[in-house]
Amino acid sequence: MARKGFEDRGQGLGRREVLECMVWAGTGVLWAVSGGVPHSVGMIGDALAAESTGFTFLQMSDSHVGFDKAANPDALGTLREAVAKVKAMPIKPSFIIHTGDITHLSKPAEFDNADKVFGETGVQIHYVPGEHDIIDEERGKAYLERYGKGSKGAGWYSYDDHGIHFIGLVNVVDLKGGGLGNLGAEQLAWLEADLKDKSNSTPIVVFAHIPLQVIYKEWGWGTEDGMQALNLLKRFGSVTVLNGHIHQLAQKVEGNMTFHTALSTAFPQPAPGSAPSPGPMRVPADKLRTFLGLSTVSVVQGNKPLAIIDTTLAG
Amino acid sequence: MQILISQLRFAAAKLVLNRGLVVALVLGPVIGAMLAFGAVAAQDATKKDANEITIDNFTFTPKELTIAVGTTVKWVNHDDIPHTVVEKKTTFRSKALDTDDSYSFTFTSAGTFDYFCGLHPHMVGQVIVK
Repeated sequence: MARKGFEDRGQGLGRREVLECMVWAGTGVLWAVSGGVPHSVGMIGDALAAESTGFTFLQMSDSHVGFDKAANPDALGTLREAVAKVKAMPIKPSFIIHTGDITHLSKPAEFDNADKVFGETGVQIHYVPGEHDIIDEERGKAYLERYGKGSKGAGWYSYDDHGIHFIGLVNVVDLKGGGLGNLGAEQLAWLEADLKDKSNSTPIVVFAHIPLQVIYKEWGWGTEDGMQALNLLKRFGSVTVLNGHIHQLAQKVEGNMTFHTALSTAFPQPAPGSAPSPGPMRVPADKLRTFLGLSTVSVVQGNKPLAIIDTTLAG
Repeated sequence: MQILISQLRFAAAKLVLNRGLVVALVLGPVIGAMLAFGAVAAQDATKKDANEITIDNFTFTPKELTIAVGTTVKWVNHDDIPHTVVEKKTTFRSKALDTDDSYSFTFTSAGTFDYFCGLHPHMVGQVIVK
């Protein structure tokens, strides 16, 4: 079941140590990253105990509010379950990053329902849009009106928290036929300017809906000009890239960069190439919750690494 | 005429697969063709429009379609995931098509029209208008 999740495109970025991990079910694994090389330090129970200090934030993704097909007839219901998990966390995260596909069809009622449920977390949420969030008639206007305040272009922005520079990118707009996700020249120029005054020692967290690196080209799982963004980030000592879109966990480390894709809270998608298409994967109803979830990212102050914990709704 | 022949072939192939494999092999192509003709007539009510492009498993079928000027083409999405139909030069662009939604466009000029899904741009197709 676990197939190669990332293409090694011979980029030869940094060290050759590459660790790949595709977790499909069960509890999460805590990954700690030291000097660009990750090692797991325990399963989720131990990890939560060990990570009682420090600054944490949460990644949620691909909620697809409004989805009601066979793979999950109640995507709003499973989002509620995910939010209940957040509310029950012993230490509240500082904020939530949502890596897109908040809704399934960009309908006002879907955004309303999503906002209502996410509002229950009582935690600030930083969004980037997925392709499902910009299919209103005016192609993205509904998203920008709700979440675009203070952002540039199609909704990209950056902010600083606890000494970390966070960058939200949009790679779902103005896609070209036959191509992949797209950042575009305007956004890349903005990113270059945004990073200009940042020192190499500033930890960077960059998030976008579609994976910035090519995971599986045949299904469009990657960003056409993603390498240009990653090249701008190469000089930094610690870069964490958080994406959604593929509804499964994939993790990879290249040099100082850690790539992580999150589980969906709505429905799973098949491993690259393992099905005729990337469409929603039907799993037995009693197993569905082991395929859905959220991720906590712990940031230990000082020169220590980011650690990512994935939690499934069943776990 | 070409379309009719291909439909006959399609129907014959389908019939052979469905129930006629042994019959067709034994009795030969003449009877096979007669049966196929009957099958076409019977399927008339439900048969797919020749100018319809379906979306299944993130794929446009047929991927290439040749039509005459003035023809209306209809795209139907059968996936659980919405898709759009966008012509490369945005000659036409559909709204998001949810499951079983369709979009039609009438081609009033000759040319080659490359289109793709605006949400999943690896999905591509072509309409040739003569």
